[in-house]
Amino acid sequence: MELIRLTPQDLTVAASLVLLTAALSWRLRLGVEGRLVWAAARSIVQLLLLGVVLKTLFAQANPLLIGLLALFMLAVAGYEVMARQQRRFGGAWGIGIGTLSMFVSSFSLTLLATRLVIGIEPWYTPQYLIPLLGMLLGNTMSGVALALNNLTENAVRQRGEIEARLILGHGWECAIEEIRRTALRTGLIPIINAMAAAGVVSLPGMMTGQILAGSPPLDAAMYQIMIMLLIAVGTSLGAIVAVWIASRRLFDERQRLRLDRLD
Amino acid sequence: MHGLTLAHFQSPGLAPIDLSLEPGRCLAVSGPSGSGKTRLLRAIADLDPCPGEVRLDGSARDDLPTTQWRRQVGYLPAESHWWRARVGDHFSPSPHDLLHALGLEPACLDWEVARLSSGERQRLALARLLANRPRVLLLDEPTANLDQLNIERVERLIGGIRETHATAVLWVSHDPAQRRRVASRGLEIRNGQLEPEIWS
Repeated sequence: MELIRLTPQDLTVAASLVLLTAALSWRLRLGVEGRLVWAAARSIVQLLLLGVVLKTLFAQANPLLIGLLALFMLAVAGYEVMARQQRRFGGAWGIGIGTLSMFVSSFSLTLLATRLVIGIEPWYTPQYLIPLLGMLLGNTMSGVALALNNLTENAVRQRGEIEARLILGHGWECAIEEIRRTALRTGLIPIINAMAAAGVVSLPGMMTGQILAGSPPLDAAMYQIMIMLLIAVGTSLGAIVAVWIASRRLFDERQRLRLDRLD
Repeated sequence: MHGLTLAHFQSPGLAPIDLSLEPGRCLAVSGPSGSGKTRLLRAIADLDPCPGEVRLDGSARDDLPTTQWRRQVGYLPAESHWWRARVGDHFSPSPHDLLHALGLEPACLDWEVARLSSGERQRLALARLLANRPRVLLLDEPTANLDQLNIERVERLIGGIRETHATAVLWVSHDPAQRRRVASRGLEIRNGQLEPEIWS
């Protein structure tokens, strides 16, 4: 079965439905029509741009260009992790913690997947590398951001409890231990839920795409399994790195709780 | 034996402090709210960064591991915080003598923290701190929520520990009569300066 190509007219139909929804929001005074239209317009432009960029990239398969795009995606993901924080670390730490944990969660696993699991030649073949990286970045990002946000929020809220333990001579790791554990758990819940619902409640995006493109459903399921497992591992690794560095940064060399390091 | 000494210690809001607190002595500190008493105690306990020198029995604070410093320089904040649901989970082993001296039954270790009265919390927080056997005590209004009987218990307990273990005590109190009862001298924060309080 050949993929039926969408024409600009088909997209116009979908887009006018969005406009209709915006009109409804305006009529019901929900107040989201502006944001809805803006976000829809953004996603259209971003995805079309990505399509153009990928087209050139796939045609050339230039490792340097692929690397640049990968770094750009990483930087945006790192920024996005920081932007989702209610309380951010000041200075370079804010963006640094996000970017480093996204690097660990996504880059390392994408490399592992392309080199060892799928085994494509060359390993940087953009048709595999870029979608895999994008999917890992996009899906691990929310878990990492959630874990980090939970850590700093609880550290601020439970300041008294943390300091009560420091005062009694407990070490910083002991004083933040439970908050750390809660943060990690919070970060992992979305992917655990997604894995539990996969195939029963939801048909995951990658599998849907492959089936639409004409892949046999079982092949599509196998790819989806690999991606889900990688996302679960990536989210765990990324959240552990983020929570570990951030909780260390909450204390100084004399084991004082330094909430002033958060903006 | 030198006790606690501060040299050019710059606590926020206060002029640089030079102070020496001998073992077994109690120094009362008073001053209007917001004058920096709590910040001074926090800085000595090494909870806030603060320039200047602090020594305990001759050894500089920065030469000791922080955890050890905080065990020896025991700070009692005005408000106590508890990180577990059950009282007893904050103690190991259970300090029965301390509880008894503070008028608390051993059974209180099985109580839930959420159900404690403010006076019980305050006495239990003191027991929790004293169980570490600190060399110096930094007490921030330790009897603020207590009735007369328990105020006497706390004063007697601290006084006894001060004498038998030569513990140095820095006691922040709003009550002039209490300051004279528990301390041998008093300091008052006035316009950012620590000045001797005149007791006639």
